[in-house]
Amino acid sequence: MGTLYRTRAQVRDIGALAAASMAVGASFGAITIAYGLPAWVPIVMSVTIFAGGAQFLAVGLLAAGNPVAAVVAGLLLNARHLPFGLAVADTLGARWRDRLIGSHLMTDETVAFTLAESEPAARRRVYWLVGGSLFVCWNTGVLLGVLLGGATGDPDALGLDAAFPAGLIALILPSLRDRSTRLVALTGAAAAVLLTPFLPAGLPVMCALLGLLTLIRPGSLPRHPTPADPEPADTPAGAVRTASASSDVPEGEKC
Amino acid sequence: MLIAAILVLAVGTYAFRLSGVLLRDRLELSASLQRMLPMSAAALLAALAATATLMAGSEFAGFARPAGVLAGTLLAWRKAPFVLVVIAAAAVTALLRLAGLH
Repeated sequence: MGTLYRTRAQVRDIGALAAASMAVGASFGAITIAYGLPAWVPIVMSVTIFAGGAQFLAVGLLAAGNPVAAVVAGLLLNARHLPFGLAVADTLGARWRDRLIGSHLMTDETVAFTLAESEPAARRRVYWLVGGSLFVCWNTGVLLGVLLGGATGDPDALGLDAAFPAGLIALILPSLRDRSTRLVALTGAAAAVLLTPFLPAGLPVMCALLGLLTLIRPGSLPRHPTPADPEPADTPAGAVRTASASSDVPEGEKC
Repeated sequence: MLIAAILVLAVGTYAFRLSGVLLRDRLELSASLQRMLPMSAAALLAALAATATLMAGSEFAGFARPAGVLAGTLLAWRKAPFVLVVIAAAAVTALLRLAGLH
């Protein structure tokens, strides 16, 4: 598989994602107007917040006349960007311009596409490519939604609500081949789904970090790395276990 | 009030994003803790995907959406191209809804 093939496939993949985000952005613009909110609201929100999930969540609460709840729920949902930032910091590098602009382009899809690459140079390229194209397409979509109103159609009729989770799953699937990551991610996902009926909006996703607790094995002996679960060669397995165990407690207390 | 709420949410969101990026320099992380960073990201993304698949608000989202996501997941598992995964998921969900199954 040559570089040209991979690059073309990647541009096609990112294009599909960007097109879908434009359609969902249009529905965000149209829904906000349908709620009776002023036309500047969806546009300002999309440019300044630039996080689709939080925007949909917040705009419903704003329309219901509950701005405090909108802010709290939006911030709870967006708190995941802090661990995302830790995970992609190396990709953004040390230059302040890149860090300040790149941080604003950080979304679930940007992070998922980036972490799916293994080479630092490829990660960098993909981060900016996905972040930039999503920013342009999302905001263009929102503007179209505001201008066209209900004429943009119902995104649910197109099944777009299934496209985004499927895309995220496709992107994280390779990382789930690692046994520990799989356990952490599946436990976290289960915790989030099960807690959704009981916790305020926004909080359940953060509870996915509870999945890190699965790294603690009570009374576990120093673990032997298995082929499915590669450890860095220079790290003694015992140190891995102890260090992650001690760090898990504060993560769990967040919820 | 409306603009204040939007700006607080915008500034807070940006603060989360930037502080993660900047904090990475300050933290002296052992190799094992560094390994937990992509794991945390994977767990959060998996949780987002799972809740977006199964839940609408605090209720079950109905069958059409999870069925589409399942179709996409199976294709992804069989190493189908990303674009196909996304289109298949949307198409299955849209067709089920068209057939009256929600």
